[in-house]
Amino acid sequence: MKKIKADPKGVLTGAHYLDGDHSLAEGGLAAGCRFFAGYPITPSTETAERFSERIPKVGGIFIQMEDELASIAALIGAVWGGKKAMTVTSGPGFSLMMENIGLACMMETPIVIANVQRGGPSTGLPTLTGQQDMMQAKWGSHGDYEIIALSPDSPQECFDLTIEAFNLSETYRVPTFVMTDECVGHMHEKVVIPPAEEIELVERKWYTGPKDKYLPYKPDKDMIPFMVKAGDGYRFHTTGLTRDERGYPVINAECQDVCVHHLVDKINKNADKIIKLEEQEIDNAEVIVISYGITSRVTTRAVEQARKAGIKIGTIRLITVWPFPEKRIKELAKKVKAFVVPEINCGQVVLEVERCAAGQAPAIHVPHCGGWVHDPDDIFKAIKEAAK
Amino acid sequence: MTEIQFSGFGGQGIIRLGLISGKALSLYAKKHATMTQSFGPEARGSACSSQVVVSEDRVLYPYVSMPEILVSMSQEAYDKYEPELREDGILIIDKDLVKARPARGKIRTYEIPSTRFAEELGNRITANLVMLGFFTAITQIVSPEAMKKALPGLVPGRFLDLNIKAFDKGYNYGKKTKDEEKKQK
Repeated sequence: MKKIKADPKGVLTGAHYLDGDHSLAEGGLAAGCRFFAGYPITPSTETAERFSERIPKVGGIFIQMEDELASIAALIGAVWGGKKAMTVTSGPGFSLMMENIGLACMMETPIVIANVQRGGPSTGLPTLTGQQDMMQAKWGSHGDYEIIALSPDSPQECFDLTIEAFNLSETYRVPTFVMTDECVGHMHEKVVIPPAEEIELVERKWYTGPKDKYLPYKPDKDMIPFMVKAGDGYRFHTTGLTRDERGYPVINAECQDVCVHHLVDKINKNADKIIKLEEQEIDNAEVIVISYGITSRVTTRAVEQARKAGIKIGTIRLITVWPFPEKRIKELAKKVKAFVVPEINCGQVVLEVERCAAGQAPAIHVPHCGGWVHDPDDIFKAIKEAAK
Repeated sequence: MTEIQFSGFGGQGIIRLGLISGKALSLYAKKHATMTQSFGPEARGSACSSQVVVSEDRVLYPYVSMPEILVSMSQEAYDKYEPELREDGILIIDKDLVKARPARGKIRTYEIPSTRFAEELGNRITANLVMLGFFTAITQIVSPEAMKKALPGLVPGRFLDLNIKAFDKGYNYGKKTKDEEKKQK
């Protein structure tokens, strides 16, 4: 992958006091996003607002769409037109996006979607936090496919991980999600934006061969096919139907096997390169707490309490939630008494921990239905239980 | 760690108080500070609050549970949030807008006619900045210089001077209040 430096035009270098929503927008602009299409929804509206103000000033386009389904369609079009594109939403809007997220997966179109999660289901808690869309990010559209999802724990990471999301999305030609939540989205904190020359971006893999030889879905050595810009004179076809290397529909089991395996393998076989974890004091740990996003911050308080109580405890923060760090959890399951998994839902990522631990160590869930973050005491209680 | 809660009614610039303080602490005082705000069906005119958690290290829990410092600029906000103030906390009120009950425990109460002062300066909209100046002098949690440095970008440019004037008015009144308190001791 060709690396380039960020365009200084989009980079608001300096120390700022920003909320997570605004930082998502700044991360996108720094990553070179020049097309935003979306439909405002609490608690993500501030991101759209900031884009609407900032993106025209750096030569980009902001469109308020008629709905979320159309927003993704617009993103797909913009990307094939050569832009980097992003949108933002929350639960109900995320549900509406699902159909075309599947289309983006099938068309191998790199788009970035931020979800500022609120409590659900349905309209649920528009103004209050949740982490209930984690499984939806992975499974929400029909059919088999893989995506990448990151989870920031601060406004600073809303900036950093949006850039990372663009880089991963371009590298693997896949929709990439920044799964934040209302608490981080509406929390103000110091955000340091580095100079443009310190921000490394992945350049889209452009095809430069003869115009009549372009194949939009022929995997390169690294599994990822080349892209072209619509209007540059390359003839190509792309569709939601199962297709061959030329992008034309081929409706049979053989082609389906190649096509779907490719969509799944390009992520799964590169999982080690994609996954980022933050591990602390894992080596002698009897109990490991696995958490992500805002919950990992609250967890730190419970972990401090547990250390004072003499419990040998380690932590894993999932910066990348999807693909899931299967290998690492399998490995650790042999060594620990138990995993503790607090998350603001009734049990989502804990199911993955349980699957990977495969009976070697129990995964104790600390649920929260949304509306607020965990009481650190509840996590501490679960840790004590796990250490018994 | 210090938990601060600013409260009043929607439209008074209560969220702005949290923003300016949080920015001053984070960017100009080498502290860690998160700012969150009450996000409910609050409308202009009803009770609202902003919360700042200040720490030497990274803030782990961004919500205020029992504030050490409560600023109230309306009766409704005082009635709603005062019961959560710690018994050894500091209560700061606009004395024309809040009728405080006798203080609980060791709570120290400080009063300023911030809205009246702002009106005297020519625009009641700056009452929050008068309050911010007073808050700065009373709590000494951050320097007045840091607070003023945080203002650009958070108050309209053309009103920057007026806002600084309002801040100074509140700050000087707060300093006087503190000096008198010392003398009484």
